[in-house]
Amino acid sequence: MASQHGSIGKNWPSAGALLALAVLALIALPALVALGWSSPGMGSTSASFLWQAASFTLFQAVLSTLISVVLGVLLARAISRRQFFGRGFLLRLFALPQGLPALVAVLALVSLYGRAGFISRFWPELPSIYGLNGILLAHVFFNLPYAALLTLIALQQVPREQWRLAQMLGMSERAIFRVIEWPVLQNALPGIAGLIFMLCVTSFTIVLTLGGGPAATTLELAIYQALRFDYDPGLALALAMGQIGLCALLLSFLAKFRPPFAETARLSLGPERASLSRSGNPVPDMIIIILSALFILLPILSVILSGLTADFSRLLTERILWRAIATSGGIAFTAALIAVLIAYPLALAAIRLESKGAVKKARIFEAPVELTLLLPPVLLGAGWFLILMPSTSSVGYAPVLIVLINAIMALPFVYRSLAVSLRRLVAHEDPLCESLGIAGWSRFSLIDWPILKPAFRAAFTFAFLLSFGDFGVIAFFGSDSIVTLPFLIYQRLGSYRTDDAAGIALVLAVFSILMTQAFSAFGRKEHAHD
Amino acid sequence: MLRLASLLTLFFAVLAPAHAAPVLTVYTYESFTADWGPGPAVKKAFEAKCGCEVRFVSLADGVAILNRLKMEGKNSEADIVLGLDTNLTAEARNTNLFAPHGADISTVTIPNGWSDPNFLPFDFAHFAVIYDSEKIKNPPKSLDELVNGNPAEKIVIQDPRTSTPGLGLLLWMRSVYGDKAPDAWKKLSKRVLTVTPGWSEAYGLFTKGEAPMVFSYTTSPAYHMIEEKTDRYQAAAFSEGHYLQIEVAGIMASSKQPALAKDFLKFMVSTEFQDIIPTTNWMMPAAKTSARIPEAFGKLVNPSKSFLFTPEEVASKRKVWTEEWQASMAQ
Repeated sequence: MASQHGSIGKNWPSAGALLALAVLALIALPALVALGWSSPGMGSTSASFLWQAASFTLFQAVLSTLISVVLGVLLARAISRRQFFGRGFLLRLFALPQGLPALVAVLALVSLYGRAGFISRFWPELPSIYGLNGILLAHVFFNLPYAALLTLIALQQVPREQWRLAQMLGMSERAIFRVIEWPVLQNALPGIAGLIFMLCVTSFTIVLTLGGGPAATTLELAIYQALRFDYDPGLALALAMGQIGLCALLLSFLAKFRPPFAETARLSLGPERASLSRSGNPVPDMIIIILSALFILLPILSVILSGLTADFSRLLTERILWRAIATSGGIAFTAALIAVLIAYPLALAAIRLESKGAVKKARIFEAPVELTLLLPPVLLGAGWFLILMPSTSSVGYAPVLIVLINAIMALPFVYRSLAVSLRRLVAHEDPLCESLGIAGWSRFSLIDWPILKPAFRAAFTFAFLLSFGDFGVIAFFGSDSIVTLPFLIYQRLGSYRTDDAAGIALVLAVFSILMTQAFSAFGRKEHAHD
Repeated sequence: MLRLASLLTLFFAVLAPAHAAPVLTVYTYESFTADWGPGPAVKKAFEAKCGCEVRFVSLADGVAILNRLKMEGKNSEADIVLGLDTNLTAEARNTNLFAPHGADISTVTIPNGWSDPNFLPFDFAHFAVIYDSEKIKNPPKSLDELVNGNPAEKIVIQDPRTSTPGLGLLLWMRSVYGDKAPDAWKKLSKRVLTVTPGWSEAYGLFTKGEAPMVFSYTTSPAYHMIEEKTDRYQAAAFSEGHYLQIEVAGIMASSKQPALAKDFLKFMVSTEFQDIIPTTNWMMPAAKTSARIPEAFGKLVNPSKSFLFTPEEVASKRKVWTEEWQASMAQ
């Protein structure tokens, strides 16, 4: 990692970034080529169906993103200026929903908002969860906490002096938003919105299960159908490329809203704004915080409660459960580590280029990371399978491929989590380090690491949780030596063992919560360093 | 990374027993090889007589198995493929990867009989609407009553584009309504709470109490009666008849153990294998059993008429019928 600091002065990125880009390309491109190559002759799908699928995909994704981001900003602002009991605990839990397997989350939401749900019992007029409502509800549950978390990281980049100044000047909330918060948000929001948008585009189980019927049909379903029932890898690839093209257009549109890289004053950071400014009426803030906390925590609580009915005296003696915990943990840990190692040099290179005004070049390092999210993991799995298959038992490669594909899927999250802190690092430390001639490992260990540590922890936690709850690729390889927790959940649900599945979901949730509390940096002392 | 890969390799090497005996590789689906599934007992029973080792490779479902074979072609490690259903056998046959099974089919007891030269059935069930008897006192007595019934009483069904039962309901509607199926779907759509990508999601919503009916199998109540000791969930008997799902196995032409593979298929339709099926796979045995099947199976709906399109019809019409389904349901 040290190598990339050697080339600060040049307008071209480091060897580390190029290497990361090459690794990324090596994981993704051969699989895609193999899929196109193997295709026996591409079938077609009706244009009217594609039109319907594409328009519904975009419609629900845009709506889901808008709601998640707007609510996320409101929540982040409220949290940023209030201090309350359990603040750190709550923030660390915000990483959790993204890590829940989709089906577990859907069933949890249904047990609250469904026709027989807990909330519907007290509030019978609640609109039906099946249809667009349910899709939006589930997507906001997944993405609101994520949007809030990233927005909060961005807001924490505001120097403490600015808050002090605002307080001294007696600035109104409106003025604070316009002068202090908005410039920060303007930098961060396009990236956050883009990421959430892509998550909603590729959402599969949620859209189908809660969608109510084939009127809610997405491109992801068309890809899945082409690859499965029609076994037409060429068509699946073409559809995936169409989806990527469509999203690339939208992302480049979003990128226009990003302001040019601006050098901010080198001031000490004030992450704990809450301890400085207690201005304004706390009631609206607390209402937002309490409602959001209920919205995010109730489904998690529901996962835990419905899991308690399971027969743990038997479940916990099953060796396969412990093996699954170890396997899931091992895969998630390795995948998260790889994701951080690839994302860091890429993000650093992109932001350095951007800081020098080479915006187009910066996009070369940023865009591939963002767009990998749009490649369905099964598609990558199928491609790699085709490549490795003739040589030897494919099962031997399965663990390596599962780790790599999980790492790729986590990249965009890691990238976003690192990007905000990196912007500040590049703006503040690069000129200083250059003038002092600090470079290489000494710079990374003395200057960068202390600043980036919280961001690294957040990024790693996210990537870990995502892989920990991921089901996608594992089913494809069908090796009996690899059994993960999500796999066990689906397997038991698939053979009437609903209670077992709920119990294992509880185990997964508990391990995820422990992970967030142990690793995530939020609400910790070290975050408040200057 | 490298260290992890080598650690994993070592881990699996330790797990693999150092057998010199020939290995029979069976591709099947996950729930077959689960601890509570038929897999472990089948493996034990066959290994006791074959002097070989049975190795299962379990994939998500029949469709995933077939796709895996299409990718692997003649290089496949599979000797036996177990877990396709008759909706997939035409496509499977067209790959030319399968050898004739050569087994005696006189012991096979499948409704409407059996004659396929490549594939041999190991179990079957009829599709059925399962209802919650605490919520529905007058379950529909025919598919037509289901279609025209009270829209407030909902059913959860599966998507024929992604799921086997979903395709089953599509074919059932076709069998009963023929070309008028799209109209029937339009009516039924008013009773459909949601369409899920697979069986698990649908059944999960049903047992959570979201809908009083779900599309599943006539054998589903047997699980609840035997494992959960409850009569609450029952299958509705439909007067038109029920659509059939037959699960089959076949021998790969590329198998390096053809004799062993043939022995396995013979074993598959023997009483020893068939005795295992009912309470592990929750399906009806496809041949004679020696032990008495649990009483609960005697209480199940036993359709007098079985619908089944030929594999060739399904292969040629599936796409058109699915598109019709989509058009009528999306309105």
